[in-house]
Amino acid sequence: MLSGASSFASLVDDAFFFILVVSIIFFVGIVATMIYFVVRYHHTRNKKVKNIEGNLTLEIVWTVIPTLLVMGMFYYGFIGYSDMRNVPDDAMKIKVTARKWSWTFTYPNGYQATALTVPQGKAIKAEIESEDVIHSFYIPAFRVKQDAVPGRDTYLWFRATEMGKFDILCTEFCGDRHAYMLSSVDVLPQEQFDRWYANTGKQEISGGADLSKTGEKLVTLKGCIACHSIDGTPRVSPTFKGLYGKTETIYTDGKERQVRVDEAYISKSIKEPAADKVKGFENIPMPQQDLSDDEIEAIIAYLKSNK
Amino acid sequence: MSRHAVADAVRTQESYLDVKGRYSGLFGWIFSVDHKRIGLLYLGSVFLFFIVGIFLGLFMRLEQLTMGETLMTANMYNRLFTLHGVIMIFFFIIPGIAGTMGNFFLPIQIGAKDVFFPRLNLLSWWLYLAGAVLALFAIFSGEGMADTGWTFYVPYSVQTGTNVTLALFAAFILGFSSILTGLNFIATVHRLRAPGMTFHRMPLFIWSLYSTAWIQVLATPVVGITLLLVILERTLGIGIFNPAMGGDPILFQHLFWIYSHPAVYLMVLPGMGIVSEIIPTFCRRIIFGYKAIAWSSVGIAGVGTLVWGHHMYVSGQSSTASIVFSFLTFFVAIPTAIKVFNWVATMYKASIKVEVPFLYALAFLFHFLIGGLTGLMNAAISVDVHVHDTYFIVGHFHYTMFGGSVFALFGALYYWGPKMWGKMYHKKSAVVALVLQLIGFNMLYLTMMYMGYQGMPRRYYDHLPQFHDAHLVATVGSWFLVTGLLMMIGTLIHSIFKGEKAPQNPWGGTTLEWQVPTPPPLENFDVVPTITSGPYNHKEEAE
Ligand code: HEM
Ligand SMILES: [Cu+2]
Repeated sequence: MLSGASSFASLVDDAFFFILVVSIIFFVGIVATMIYFVVRYHHTRNKKVKNIEGNLTLEIVWTVIPTLLVMGMFYYGFIGYSDMRNVPDDAMKIKVTARKWSWTFTYPNGYQATALTVPQGKAIKAEIESEDVIHSFYIPAFRVKQDAVPGRDTYLWFRATEMGKFDILCTEFCGDRHAYMLSSVDVLPQEQFDRWYANTGKQEISGGADLSKTGEKLVTLKGCIACHSIDGTPRVSPTFKGLYGKTETIYTDGKERQVRVDEAYISKSIKEPAADKVKGFENIPMPQQDLSDDEIEAIIAYLKSNK
Repeated sequence: MSRHAVADAVRTQESYLDVKGRYSGLFGWIFSVDHKRIGLLYLGSVFLFFIVGIFLGLFMRLEQLTMGETLMTANMYNRLFTLHGVIMIFFFIIPGIAGTMGNFFLPIQIGAKDVFFPRLNLLSWWLYLAGAVLALFAIFSGEGMADTGWTFYVPYSVQTGTNVTLALFAAFILGFSSILTGLNFIATVHRLRAPGMTFHRMPLFIWSLYSTAWIQVLATPVVGITLLLVILERTLGIGIFNPAMGGDPILFQHLFWIYSHPAVYLMVLPGMGIVSEIIPTFCRRIIFGYKAIAWSSVGIAGVGTLVWGHHMYVSGQSSTASIVFSFLTFFVAIPTAIKVFNWVATMYKASIKVEVPFLYALAFLFHFLIGGLTGLMNAAISVDVHVHDTYFIVGHFHYTMFGGSVFALFGALYYWGPKMWGKMYHKKSAVVALVLQLIGFNMLYLTMMYMGYQGMPRRYYDHLPQFHDAHLVATVGSWFLVTGLLMMIGTLIHSIFKGEKAPQNPWGGTTLEWQVPTPPPLENFDVVPTITSGPYNHKEEAE
């Protein structure tokens, strides 16, 4: 069974079960009556029919009772939803960036990660944006979901109540790797989270001792590996494995030519993704990347090391 | 056989199937303006598409048999569910009942010789055909079938390299076909009722078609324009919906659902109409609450136009809008519930003959109850936030559209088929097919709803390990379902070519179609009847 790991879980599940119970009562009642009538008034048992044209009292009863019940259901759904839309003032804000086909989470101190880590019991506000098409940020265990819409900021909030690791899924169809646009949220006790979070400040992305290690982190963080594999597995774009130094056939302005993958070519491919298109992948658009020169340098160092 | 006192009408004119018109052979069909022939043209065409759609669904289920790649690439899967959705919605179920049963029986049931605009009626079918040809082009030319889902959400649909433009244009043309049918039915109901056939003496099937026709005429243009705007967006880059050019993707969703939500009632109302015909006939008594059922069709059509925003609770539309839409949505439940209660009440003090059409009506009720009640769960906002875009929704809408409307259509084929082609069917194989369908259907879609609540998103090429067992059950269910469907289609084809000759009134029905010869003559009636009472006048005394 799916766990209910946020403060919304019981709100949603209770509303669901309220409707479910009412539904089951109606369903069983109606189906049983139907079967009873079919047996009781089967033509072998009942030859003489009674042409009852209707009954106003009954019509009123079965209009009014369902109306009252559905108003109850509306109210149940409404209170849960109001809670979901009203973010507590002390919520910690984490930026959620969606793109084909990966998630990036940016913390208030600037730390970025591809998986989410949150403290238990504290309100978290996810400020959601998309870089390309519509995606949807969904954490089933928390019963929360909100679309990531390009050009429009959306949000959701939650308070995790259970420790553990839970799935994050994309639920708005977004292309070939939609089903793999996955991540996870790790819920830690407050002190452990504080310790973890204090450490993140030191993990500056650019710079650092080993440039190629930084590059390796960057290709994950910026979502490159959603399309380019790092181990040679075929995906929708050329793999990074053994890319550096290879000779590629590319189209520039529709003209086919050969090129050796070197620092200049990589840098240009990142800055102007549409300028040169590799043969076999010419119809797959690569999104514009916002990378600093330092970051590009780190990525080049990484690509050199991935033979 | 007929329990009705009226003796079989004497055939004075030959059957519409034997009439020699200006053309013969195939041309005698595709250029015929006879509403009955057009009805059968539609029947043949929509069922061709239905069979294709069934296999697309089956292939999708096979892909989910194992994790990772089973049969096809992700891109192929995405095209399959798009094509499956487009076919089932635009090519099958929207024209599926109005175009087939509606065309054939609307004029007869109100005592008319044809629809008001017979040529326009033929044009509707030709537009349908044109849409079909365009859709084939969309599949087999250029980059191939669109991979957007049948909802064509922007900006994905503006960016993808697949043949979205052609697919949209095909849907646009089909829209015209649908509008013309609607227009024709409205005109026919207003102008061609037999003397004495007041609105409150019309069969309930006509009420449902009439309500649907208004939706077709009023809502379809909105989606037509919207799809056209997406085409312009793709070709000229006008920037209405595309955020990269300052457009608003949410606006697209509003415009899309302003049509497509009412369209779900357009799919289900005629099905309810069919059930309202089948139940009194096999209960051999007057329907309970005629006016309540009739006006609830109008109520559903009316309220149904105000609830489209319930598809967009998590889209980023304002929270106030979501709350208002949720509130309004619950009101659609009321007229729907009223219908169900009245149908069941019709079985009270009846004298029930359990024939295949009646079994389908019961299956309709069974599925439609599940579909409708799970609809209440979707309507409650906080619950929908969780289940939106998951298999819960996929299960829910298959219960309403497929388990509901499509099963009603199947019932109609057994109920009216004998009248349409003059032959009876093989009862045993019809029942076995139905049992297979029931087992398969519920195994497949109940499991889907369960998975959805556990967090299985829709339109997923692959699944996480925790969903594996449920996917297995669903896929096995699809095998039963498809076997049942093929067996049913076989039974019907067998009945058309090899069935026993059908009597004029095999079920003891009381509406006008049972008072004309089987199959009906070209102009339906020798003398247009004069109507003196309501439609379901069964005798209280047994014969
Ligand atoms: C044998 C019969 C059928 C099978 C096996 C089947 C199966 C499926 C499956 C597996 C999906 C994709 C779920 C997902 O990944 O999101 C789907 C989607 C869908 N089905 Fe069916 N289905 C069948 C019949 C029907 C019928 C009769 C209708 C309508 C009258 C219908 C309408 C749809 C629609 C509209 C979608 C959504 C497509 C989209 O997401 O764009 N299906 N079906
Ligand atoms: Cu996505």
